[in-house]
Amino acid sequence: MTTSPRTSGLARNRRRHKLLIYVGLIAATLFTSLPILFMVVSSLKPETQIFADLRSIRAFLPIGDVSLDNYSGVMDRVPAVRFIANSLLVTALIVGIGLIVNSMIGFAISRMRWRGKGLILSLVLATLMVPFEAIAVPMVFWVSKLPLLSWEGDGFLLSQGMLNSYSVQVLPFIANALGIFLFVQQFNDIPRELDEAARIDGASWFGIYRRVIVPLSGPTFATVAIITMLPAWNQYLWPLMVVQQEELRPSSVGMQYFFQLNTAWGEVMAYATMITLPVLIVFFLFQRTFVTSISASGLKG
Amino acid sequence: MTVSTRSTRRGTLRSEERQAWVLAAPALILLTMFLVIPILITFGLSFTNARLISPNPPSFRGVDNFVRAFQDPTFLRSILNTFVFAAVVVPIQSGLALAIALLVNAKVKGTAAFRTLIFMPVVTSMVVVSVLWSFMYQQNGLINQALEQLTAGRWESFGWLQDERTALAAVILLSVWQAFGMHMIIWLSGLQMIDPALYEAAALDGASYWHSFRHVTWPGLRSTMVFILITITIAALGLFVQIDVMTQGGPQDSTSTIVYHAVRKGYREQDMGYGAALSLIFFVIVLAISLIQRRITRDKD
Repeated sequence: MTTSPRTSGLARNRRRHKLLIYVGLIAATLFTSLPILFMVVSSLKPETQIFADLRSIRAFLPIGDVSLDNYSGVMDRVPAVRFIANSLLVTALIVGIGLIVNSMIGFAISRMRWRGKGLILSLVLATLMVPFEAIAVPMVFWVSKLPLLSWEGDGFLLSQGMLNSYSVQVLPFIANALGIFLFVQQFNDIPRELDEAARIDGASWFGIYRRVIVPLSGPTFATVAIITMLPAWNQYLWPLMVVQQEELRPSSVGMQYFFQLNTAWGEVMAYATMITLPVLIVFFLFQRTFVTSISASGLKG
Repeated sequence: MTVSTRSTRRGTLRSEERQAWVLAAPALILLTMFLVIPILITFGLSFTNARLISPNPPSFRGVDNFVRAFQDPTFLRSILNTFVFAAVVVPIQSGLALAIALLVNAKVKGTAAFRTLIFMPVVTSMVVVSVLWSFMYQQNGLINQALEQLTAGRWESFGWLQDERTALAAVILLSVWQAFGMHMIIWLSGLQMIDPALYEAAALDGASYWHSFRHVTWPGLRSTMVFILITITIAALGLFVQIDVMTQGGPQDSTSTIVYHAVRKGYREQDMGYGAALSLIFFVIVLAISLIQRRITRDKD
């Protein structure tokens, strides 16, 4: 309508501004996704073609001699399925048991009256300052002295030294200070009247936790699940030190089997893709939850 | 009548207290076993000559391990490398993350898709990332080949990770690549908490983009900034996986880090007492830096 020079100038400015935003976004997206695309595409090509394609855009395109040969090569070289199953098991146990254990203490701190809970909460929060790397090495010494309770087919067996087990991969990561903190915050937001009502109906404290608080806190459970899942799946330093037995190793440590004098890069890329795809799929399915989880942990922490 | 109510109330309180401890117990036991005791053990072992596997009990050696640490050239180099890494990664990673967060927060179409793609490296494990980038950094790898194409053959390819001058920089680049998406999300949620009315007021006052960033956005991001600075710094100081997979500390110790050296001594060379001392030094450094950061960022309030 009124196309005074001033408004059309503004519109042109706005368009230029938008264009700049898109240029920036596309550059950032290429920066993050090209290496991953390169990994997946290379996993489908024979070694010679991977190197031949490096000089052109073909490096990022699944064209030419494409097959799943590298994947069967991986299977011949390492027990990849076993490694991935181990990672799944360890991650599921850390997340599953962790949700119960951390939410229970969160409930006790947020809603029950007991002496010492203030001190306990401050101590738990203080542990957020301790990086795992600072205690990992001496902890190997410690767990090698701890007894291990294991099921030996016909009964429980108590043996010395917790090394080389699923327990040693799971137990240290169940209790999680950030998780406890997020649960306390969430539970504090639930009206206390609900506890009273449930108690009049004869619910025990555990009943209130189980039937009132847990069902009302779904999103927080999802948040804690995600922020504990990623590090659990990606663990490397700890299993590297405490698990020597091949059948018990997680997928990340399995990567070591590929570092040899003449690295078979096609197979490396195939294995890397195999252990990345499960997380990427979960991420794409639940990306909204992922994103809100990360921001929740950032804002409240 | 009143007496009996009071005594039953005291009874329920006592049972509430007991039940609270029961609910908190699993987490407290695990935190004690795998956090509190390991911290004490780190402290205790660092004054001994303990070996990981040894028939002899450890004996007390006073501050020998610490004296040795500060005469160990590889360790001194590791401290320097760790500081350089943190000093470069922290500003680049947080700055880049903020710039991209501003772009993703702009009111243009398709930002959700961009956000998802930019976030992908975060869910990719550091082991996979390190292997992938090792291949890209090779003498005949993707990066050299691309540079050769772009410069029409004038680029002389070389092994980025095999050269003392570039190895640490190469590690820095992939570390930023892997993690900045995470911090982009945290910045983004900080941006979205800023009251839009403030921007409208700034626009009415005729503020330029830079002015409204400087006087509205930046002050609004204060607490986000403190959180991001502290978490990136702690993560950067713990640098290990990339080094273990890509360079093993070389060439000529140019990429050795505090944690990498502690694992090498304490675990691989079984010198647990010394490894514990190095871990303790690492812990003290992390603690000191995060306390200083907290103090500096708090004082300005």
